[in-house]
Amino acid sequence: MQPFEEVVAQHSPVVMRVCRALLGPIEADDAWSETFLAALRAYPDLRPESNIRGWLVTIAHRKAIDHIRARKRAPEPADDLPERLPAGGGGPEPDDTELHSALAALPFKQRGAVVYRYLADLPYAEVAALLECSEAAARRNAADGIARLRRDYQKDES
Amino acid sequence: MTMPTNREIIDDLTFASDEMTDFVGLRARLAAHADREGLLDVSYRTMDSPIGPLLLAATPAGLVRVAFEGENHDDVLVELATAISPRILRSPRGVDEVARQLDEYFAGRRRVFEVPVDLQLSRGFRRAVLQHLLEIPYGVRESYAVVATAAGNSRAVRAAGTACATNPIPLVVPCHRVVRSDGTYGQYRGGPAAKHTLLTMEATG
Repeated sequence: MQPFEEVVAQHSPVVMRVCRALLGPIEADDAWSETFLAALRAYPDLRPESNIRGWLVTIAHRKAIDHIRARKRAPEPADDLPERLPAGGGGPEPDDTELHSALAALPFKQRGAVVYRYLADLPYAEVAALLECSEAAARRNAADGIARLRRDYQKDES
Repeated sequence: MTMPTNREIIDDLTFASDEMTDFVGLRARLAAHADREGLLDVSYRTMDSPIGPLLLAATPAGLVRVAFEGENHDDVLVELATAISPRILRSPRGVDEVARQLDEYFAGRRRVFEVPVDLQLSRGFRRAVLQHLLEIPYGVRESYAVVATAAGNSRAVRAAGTACATNPIPLVVPCHRVVRSDGTYGQYRGGPAAKHTLLTMEATG
């Protein structure tokens, strides 16, 4: 079994892409940490032939759902809202922030399908399992989601 | 305005996440959090030394492994994952203090190491040998025969040699202070040149 440090080194970026795409930049760090802490706890019992990336993305998916449920249960008071990057200015990559906003505007199943298929590079069977839908529905959600992103996020020619 | 391709969308989302994340900070906080939760079974770091890069690994009980460059640090970490636990992270826990004391030792400013050691990688007679080695003072040399007797079996000279050669915590458990009865240095996990360097340093320091 490889040392867990290797697992973190290899899969940190993909787990962050998932957390960031599902939750936005503010909660992504916490979800990333919760994912790897839960993974570390369970790691010694993981079957040696397991697909580690798929396993980690599954944990990240559950942590993201926890965050989204917690938001619904306890909406933050307005004065506690963290500052977000103003659209088109301030941040180092305003376009990317805009793209993440466009992603956040997608229905959850479309967003999930885009994230798991395209950012986490999971096969549709695993995307379907995570989203608790059929493989055909996972394909449709991924296709619809990315088509909508392409429409909503048009780059300047500059 | 043109419609971006799928590839551009995916690349931009990936780039935004990969480039705007402080992974070094996140990983350091993960290791600290894991330690607080009792999930950090083995912490490790590397350091430079006059005898080459060293790997230092510790359990909550103490320093459990010191490895030389020739042993291949990646292989050693895989061995630790099998022998102790795969819950291994790079972390200062228990190893930064060892590195500080080793730096002082190599600079000639320290003769005794004051760090807890975890001898769990050795059992039986080998462990008895290591326990005795901890009592050999700086600058003193002992023969394998004397070590075998001190560890409780005067006839097990060859086994005492094997125990020294497979010592999982060289330097801090000073197997380099054990030499052949004829005064020649004998084998060493870090290679004969490293043993020569250490004995020369201790003889003059």
